[in-house]
Amino acid sequence: MKKTATRGEIEDFLYHEAALLDAWRLDEWLGLLTSDARYLVPSNDRPDADPANTLFTIADDIDRIRGRITRLKDKNAHAEHPPSRTRRLISNVRVVGRNAKELRVESNFVIHRFRRNESIREYVGHYRHLLRIENGRLRIARREAVLDAMELGSLGLVSFIL
Amino acid sequence: MNDRPLVLNDPQAPSFAVNRATMVDPEILKLERLRIFDACWIYVGHESEVRAPGDFKTRSVCGRPVIFCRDSSNAVRVFLNTCRHRGTMVCREAEGNAKIYTCFYHGWSYDRDGRLDGVPGENAYPKSFRKSDYGLAEPPRVESYRGFVFLNFDPGAVPLDDYLAGAKEYIDLVIDQSPSGSLEVIQGTQEYDIRANWKLLVENSFDDYHLLTTHSTWLDYLKNAGVKMQRPDRDHLLPSHGIGKALGNGHAVIDNVNFRGRPVAKWIPVYGEAAKPEIERIRAELVARLGEARAARVADTNRNLVVFPNLVLNDGSSVTVRTFHPLAPDRMRVLAWALGPREETPAARAVRLDAFLTFYGPGGLATPDDIEALEMVQSGISATCREVPWSIMSRGMEKTGEQLNSDELHLRAFWLQWDKLMRTEPRAAG
Repeated sequence: MKKTATRGEIEDFLYHEAALLDAWRLDEWLGLLTSDARYLVPSNDRPDADPANTLFTIADDIDRIRGRITRLKDKNAHAEHPPSRTRRLISNVRVVGRNAKELRVESNFVIHRFRRNESIREYVGHYRHLLRIENGRLRIARREAVLDAMELGSLGLVSFIL
Repeated sequence: MNDRPLVLNDPQAPSFAVNRATMVDPEILKLERLRIFDACWIYVGHESEVRAPGDFKTRSVCGRPVIFCRDSSNAVRVFLNTCRHRGTMVCREAEGNAKIYTCFYHGWSYDRDGRLDGVPGENAYPKSFRKSDYGLAEPPRVESYRGFVFLNFDPGAVPLDDYLAGAKEYIDLVIDQSPSGSLEVIQGTQEYDIRANWKLLVENSFDDYHLLTTHSTWLDYLKNAGVKMQRPDRDHLLPSHGIGKALGNGHAVIDNVNFRGRPVAKWIPVYGEAAKPEIERIRAELVARLGEARAARVADTNRNLVVFPNLVLNDGSSVTVRTFHPLAPDRMRVLAWALGPREETPAARAVRLDAFLTFYGPGGLATPDDIEALEMVQSGISATCREVPWSIMSRGMEKTGEQLNSDELHLRAFWLQWDKLMRTEPRAAG
């Protein structure tokens, strides 16, 4: 069984994740996560902090990720109903660490978000993914989306999956 | 502008309505800046945000750039962030520790106490030039209540302590969560804009009428996680009893029996079994220190407090300090922090922060829907406020005695104070 992954395979995996999120195929996206996965968005003024002692924008464990997805699929999730359209561009993919079990991967993102008659909102930053190979397939154990903006400011919300 | 009524209050009818122009008209915002923001005590920050001599945070308060800092004697100070020479902002960083504040333009420098210290080529100035005349300017008044620091641009304002009136009781309830009576702002700032008038966030911050419809997905999340909710009693909309109360000077509160869990100190399944002993320990400490009745008051009720005009303490799923300033009639900047007891254990701190994020903030499971509501109000009224001028706010007006959290007494209290101040000529300067 496959024990590691090439950068090409990792890039394909990240592009696949981005495509699922842009298409709001959220259940399939959940299928990419490990059963102990975390999803984090640090506060803009503390991009390298620990959510146990720092207020984040989002710090979900797998239970809250599932709750978040349940919510986003509900038409009463008003902030995302009708849903935003997003388009993610991911680049500069680097494997920054690996051991027998896990890969640490960083990449840059630009996410354009459109909603109703609003002009573009551009979320720029980088991802820190912790990937595991489970049953020969890449899975996400932790994904952290770190925004470059000094404050959320005119970006407003992070109501979609960043 | 004063020839048109902006707030209609008729206790006899009874009816209460707010003119939607108050959310739209740039002239009203201009007047608000003078008669509300430059006349009231306005929150600057919490003393825990700056701890040692020279610690500073820069932020914008009432449209002014300020340096919120500790001086050489470790007293909390607020300086206007503008060089006395030509006006450059002397401090351009968001936070840090400064030995001196140096203006990079011509090199004037100020010490931690705001005194002008260095002037390159000082001998070229006339003999009448004295450095002691050119320290960093300060707002006319800066006072604090139990760690919360406010400024006032009206030199003749009543003392902060008098101004806060009945709001103090509710600030004290937050403070009582700490065994030593000291709270701290936890690092990590949520700073974001809402495309809506700032007063819509005032209303929303303690409007429990919207909870069931705006936040149904959050309530579902809690229910799915095993949180028990009662069917509302007769005449109630919400799963637990709660009241709305005016506290004087426009401050007001909703004060609810808790069903949503509290890090201090009411466990709910969302926190996980592992957190249960810690929450019980916190509860036991509260009872030992405050007695059963006061402990229950602190732990078993949750409260959303509005300190007029723009400070909100949401003592709910966690404690949020939230303040906001208008950028335009249809736009505001929000700053929000989590507040916790200084001596909290790392485990309890983690629960507090996690509980915060279930509801609050731009990535929470509830706040985004509030923001959507506010932006949809703004979009709805901006172009129609001449055809549809009035928003009604009369819930509970025919009741005598206690008003529910889903009534609107507390919203009316805010608007009556707002209207009173907007009709008040500012004191003559000097």
